[in-house]
Amino acid sequence: MLNDLKKIWHPIASSAEVQKRHVFHAQLLGREYAVWRADDGNVNVWENRCLHRGVRLTIGINEGTELRCQYHGWRYANRTAGCTYIPAHPADAPARTICNNTYPVKEAMGMVWSGEEAFAEPVHFKNFEKYTVLRPIPINGNFNIIREMLSAKYRLLGHTTRDEVNGVLKVILKNGEVILFFVQPQDSNLSVLRGVVNQKYSDSERVLFLRAQNRILQSLRNDIEVLSKKRQIDPMIVQIAQVSSELSKMPQKKDIGRQAVLRVQVAEKKKTAKDIVSIKLVSLRDQLPTFQPGAHIDLHLQNGLIRQYSLVNGPGETNFYNIGVKLDALSTGGSEYLHKDIREGDVLACSVPRNNFPLRRDSLKTIFVAGGIGLTPLLSMAQSLDVMNLNYEFHYFVQNEDHIAFSSILKKLKKTPLVHQGLSPKLTKKKLNEILLYHNNSMNLYVCGPGPMLETTRQVAAELDWPDNSVHFEYFKNSNVIDDSSSFKIELARSALSLKVQSGQSVLEVLRANGLDLPSSCEQGACGTCKVSVVDGAIDHQDVYLNESEKLKGNVMMTCVSRALSKRLILDI
Amino acid sequence: MEISCKDPVILNQWHPVSSLDVLTMDTVENTILLESKISFQLNSKEEVTAWLSLDDEKTLLPTRISYGFIWVSLGNPPKDLFLFPEFSESDRQNVATGVFGVNVSAGRTVENFLDMGHFPYVHSGILGEEPHTEVKEYDVEISEERDEVLATSCKFYQPQAAVNSNEGMDVDYIYRVPHINCALLYKTSPVDDARLDVIIIFVQPMGEEWVRAHTGMCLIDDESTAEQIRQFQQTIFGQDKPILENQYPKQLPLDSRIETPIRADKSAIAYRRWLSQKGLQYGVIPSAI
Ligand code: FES
Ligand SMILES: [Fe+2]
Repeated sequence: MLNDLKKIWHPIASSAEVQKRHVFHAQLLGREYAVWRADDGNVNVWENRCLHRGVRLTIGINEGTELRCQYHGWRYANRTAGCTYIPAHPADAPARTICNNTYPVKEAMGMVWSGEEAFAEPVHFKNFEKYTVLRPIPINGNFNIIREMLSAKYRLLGHTTRDEVNGVLKVILKNGEVILFFVQPQDSNLSVLRGVVNQKYSDSERVLFLRAQNRILQSLRNDIEVLSKKRQIDPMIVQIAQVSSELSKMPQKKDIGRQAVLRVQVAEKKKTAKDIVSIKLVSLRDQLPTFQPGAHIDLHLQNGLIRQYSLVNGPGETNFYNIGVKLDALSTGGSEYLHKDIREGDVLACSVPRNNFPLRRDSLKTIFVAGGIGLTPLLSMAQSLDVMNLNYEFHYFVQNEDHIAFSSILKKLKKTPLVHQGLSPKLTKKKLNEILLYHNNSMNLYVCGPGPMLETTRQVAAELDWPDNSVHFEYFKNSNVIDDSSSFKIELARSALSLKVQSGQSVLEVLRANGLDLPSSCEQGACGTCKVSVVDGAIDHQDVYLNESEKLKGNVMMTCVSRALSKRLILDI
Repeated sequence: MEISCKDPVILNQWHPVSSLDVLTMDTVENTILLESKISFQLNSKEEVTAWLSLDDEKTLLPTRISYGFIWVSLGNPPKDLFLFPEFSESDRQNVATGVFGVNVSAGRTVENFLDMGHFPYVHSGILGEEPHTEVKEYDVEISEERDEVLATSCKFYQPQAAVNSNEGMDVDYIYRVPHINCALLYKTSPVDDARLDVIIIFVQPMGEEWVRAHTGMCLIDDESTAEQIRQFQQTIFGQDKPILENQYPKQLPLDSRIETPIRADKSAIAYRRWLSQKGLQYGVIPSAI
């Protein structure tokens, strides 16, 4: 019986109860739900429990795009319920798989519907295009008792009643109007009686109608409660939804290889600046996985190429991925293909979002320095700081006005971006000196742009004594020529394997050839996905992902390009 | 007299039932311990007796007076209670800062006390402040020899950390959990940065999901009055209470598949493991083995 009830769609709130910037507490078959509407109108139905320490999310804060837990400030994204930020560890990107339990949801006839296992399409009721929702009546009583007594009551008053599927009661009033009644079983002895009539009234008529029905239902409620006191039924037993075994331990690296697990469709492609197109990708079926600001996806193009693009999305924009693609004059086929051949409606394969460029949100001030198309990840970051009301400066270096991309997003930022146009390398350097002159230890710098500009920014920051660990950067590509002539041995500390890397082979290739599936993305030492800890040995760093002090420390390497200076390396895998 | 609680691990503990400062000599006090009604009385010689309230024979329960509190056991308690040497240091002020009823398990209460990550959210402006939310690496051990959980080198940003400064800065913390329901926090004194104030929480389990938390401070401070200290603690606990009462499930999950720990929760992870090792059943969701 209970299992059947789980498969049915039940109303759990009236639409009016689920206001923006509010979290509504609902209960169904013993389980508690946090129901909240994002600013884009989407209604989320989640288990009412933060995955971290079990605090009810109904006491959390609906920020419009994300729900924030009261206890430790974890943030969960609209739609995906994926955790996007863990304030206790500002430098880390949360494991993408930390995801709250979500339940099916529909909004129809002025009510929000859900069901623990309501995977089938809901029943459609005809002639309810116009409707008025009755005031919900909470009743201390069992849903079966309520259904029987409800039908008896209306029949006694001379109306006709009819049992519909899934326990719905149809009441045909004497004047021909039809009311559908749904009993929402909150628990064995606790229900909410909800109804909807197939008529839209004028204001004064509506008040009269609702009042009349309310009178009937209130007296019914008293009768039911008297009876139910005598017939108490054991409360329902709710299984606490478990977290995956991987989450119950400390987070570990996951998503393996260079896989394109998602199928996405080009929903919109438009020019946003000279030589730059904005592409919006939507999922063909399932919900797209959660992203965090700074994340990128690998697009697998139909011509066989794999390219990385940063997401421009703001927090809570979880029903599409938005990327910016610059036509590269020296394109080897990636950007050219996306510019010329791809059309709206085309389907592509892409990876889940990976974040190797995480944004700290514990700075008193963040400085963003974007050059050209390097704008994209920083734009996503600035929007995230905006929802948290954190302070930043946004600098955008472009050739001229025609090159300003995503201006509609730029205009919406709370801090007006400072656009620097047409500066020569010398003047750029001078400008950077001004921008970076003042700093203290609760500031962080995020830079993304073409190689030479990035080099200059890092150099200026170093000259002005910015500590290495507050300068965060992301290169588009590694323009160093990779020297793969050395040969050496690698030993794997955890799997007790010893392997040989010949000249011409990368560490990553050797690991893969031996059955160790390591995640990777750009495979040229720029993105940081293939990072591995090194226990012993001298590393020949050839990537552009690590900063100087990380390279000196010598305890991590990019396995796609970096090699050994010593005869062997011991890797922590 | 039948005692409903059957878990020997919790029955054989010493449990705090009252601070001394609120007691009147020779008056019988009533309280609840592990769902059993108990009565106790302090006489003028500072001796305490306790018995099950509904027991006609009035068989005496084991009692002791330690660290400003009365302790009672419903089983066979150990000879000694944990060590708390600072309590007897002559230049300190020991203040009982109040007892708070909370509808949650003892384990959740202790865990909240060990948790730094919530300072900027739950005690905003007092113990922490956004955006300074980072919980830096710290050390945790389960000391076999002392049979306690110890977290050291903990640091957390606190606004107005020192008496004569408006600047925020990192404050050092040490946490001890020497008893399944009792924890002590050592924290840089705002008046003398070479010494540590101690804040204590001794939890009395009335039932599996219902506790009284006895709190106190042991301070190096000649300025604040006991009343000010009490007020401060009332504020802090008043902020924690609604969070604690909204934790689901209310009992502490020792089963790792129920919640998601992060590195900042190292001390809580150690605490849960320590409780599992002891085989505690009462007020916890035991790990599924
Ligand atoms: S319990 Fe929700 S953030 Fe910790
Ligand atoms: Fe607290």
